[in-house]
Amino acid sequence: MKKKGLILLGILVVIGIYIYNSMTTKQGNYEAQWANVESSYQRRADLIPNLVATVKGYAAHEKETLEGVIKARSEATKTTIDPSNLTPENIAQFQQAQQGLSGALSRLLVTVERYPELKADKSFIELQSQIEGTENRISVERNRFNELAGNYNIYIRKFPMNLLAGVFGFDDATLFKSEPGSEKAPKVEF
Amino acid sequence: MYRLKNISFKVVITVLSFVWISIGYSQFKIPPKPKDAKQHFVYDYSNLLTEQDSSALNVKLRRYADTTSTQIVVAIINSTEGEYINYLGAQWGEKWGIGQEKEDNGILILLAKNDRKIAINTGKGVEHLLTDALSKRIIDREIIPYFKRNDYNGGLNRGVDVIFEVMQGEYKGTRKNNAVRFPFEIIIVLVIFFIIFIIAISKTRGGGRGGNKGNRRDDDARSILEAIILSNMGRGSYSRGSSSGGGLFGGSSSGGSFGGGGFGGGFGGGSFGGGGASGGW
Repeated sequence: MKKKGLILLGILVVIGIYIYNSMTTKQGNYEAQWANVESSYQRRADLIPNLVATVKGYAAHEKETLEGVIKARSEATKTTIDPSNLTPENIAQFQQAQQGLSGALSRLLVTVERYPELKADKSFIELQSQIEGTENRISVERNRFNELAGNYNIYIRKFPMNLLAGVFGFDDATLFKSEPGSEKAPKVEF
Repeated sequence: MYRLKNISFKVVITVLSFVWISIGYSQFKIPPKPKDAKQHFVYDYSNLLTEQDSSALNVKLRRYADTTSTQIVVAIINSTEGEYINYLGAQWGEKWGIGQEKEDNGILILLAKNDRKIAINTGKGVEHLLTDALSKRIIDREIIPYFKRNDYNGGLNRGVDVIFEVMQGEYKGTRKNNAVRFPFEIIIVLVIFFIIFIIAISKTRGGGRGGNKGNRRDDDARSILEAIILSNMGRGSYSRGSSSGGGLFGGSSSGGSFGGGGFGGGFGGGSFGGGGASGGW
C-alpha cells in the first residue's frame, strides 16, 4: 500500500516537472519575442534623426512639428522593459510612449504634404520606404508576440495547468492592445 | 415547450453570430505550405502568366536557388482582401519557411492583380542587402514601368534579374543537406560491402574445407543474390543523388532534373521579419 502511494507520488512529480518545463518554455518564447518587438521599435526611432534632418532642409520653419517628433522620440527610447518584467502597467506605458511617437510622426508626414520639393527629394523617398518597412516590421513582431503570449495564456488556463500555474507562480501574459485608429496596417501613407 | 424554443432560438443566434464574425473578419487565407515534392518557385493563383512564362521563370529561380541557396518565390493572387500587402507577405514567407533556416535568405515577391499592387518581402537574412529602400526602388523603377504596359512577365523577370544583381556574391554554395548527406551514403555502401566481403571470405573458406559440390552451388546462388542486392543498392543511391536537384552534377544535368519532384532541400524554414517594400501601378 505504501509502495503504491510512493509510485503514484512519483508519477505526479514527473507530470508536475513536465508541466513546469513546458510553461517555462512557452514563457521564454514570448519573452524572447519581446526583444524583437523592442528592436523593431528601436529601428523606427533610429530613422528619425535622419528624417528630421532631411525635412529641416526644406521645411525649417515647421519647428513645432519637428520638435514634437524629437521629443516623442526621446520619450519612446527611454521606455524599455526588461522581458522578465512584462507587467500590464509596463506594457501600457511602453505602448503609450510609442503611440506618442507614432502620432508625432504622422503629424510630420502630413506637414510634408505641403512641400512638393521635399517629397521629390531622393533621400526623403528612401526614408519613406524605410519608415514604411519599419512600421510593417513593428506590426509583424507585435503580432508574433501576441501569438506566443496568447498561446502561453491558453496553456496555463487549461486544466490541470491552471491549478499548477498559481503554485509555480506563472501569471497571465499581457498582450498588445490594438491601438485606436491603427490596426494591423501601418498608417504611414504618403 | 416554450423553453425548448427559446434554447433553439439561442443556438440559431449563436451560430449566426459566428457566421457573421467569420464574414466580418474575412481576410486573405495564406495557402498551406506545399509538400516538399511539389514545391516550386512560381505560384500563379490568378493565372496571370502564360504557362510558358511561368515555367521559364520557375526554371530561372530554381537555378538561382540551386547555385546560391537563396530562394526567391513569386506568388500571384487576386487580392489581399484588405490586408496590407507587406504584412501579408511577411506572414506568408514565414508560414512557408522560404529560405534556409539559419540564413533566413528567402524573398517573396507577392503580386495582387486586382489590387494592382506588388510587394517584395525580404527574409531576415536578406534585409541588409536588399534593403527596404532598394526594394522600393526596384519596384518603382524596374518593375512598374513594365506593369504599366501590361507586361507582367517582363516586369517580374526584370525585377528578379535586378534582385540577382543586388544579392550577388552572398551565401555561395551552402545548400541544405547536400554536403552532409552524400558522405553518409558512401559510408553505408562501404559498410555493406565490407560485411558482404567478410561473409564471402568465410563462405569460401567453409566451401574449401567441405569440398562439396552442392555446397558450392549454394554459394554461387548466394553470390548472384548478393550481386543483385548490391546493384539495386547502387541504383537506389544514384537515383536519390540525382533527384536531390542535380547538385552533384552541377548545371550539366539540370535540364533533366527539373522534370520531377522538388528542388534541393525545399523551403528550409527561413524567417521573415516584415522587411521589404511595396508599390502600386
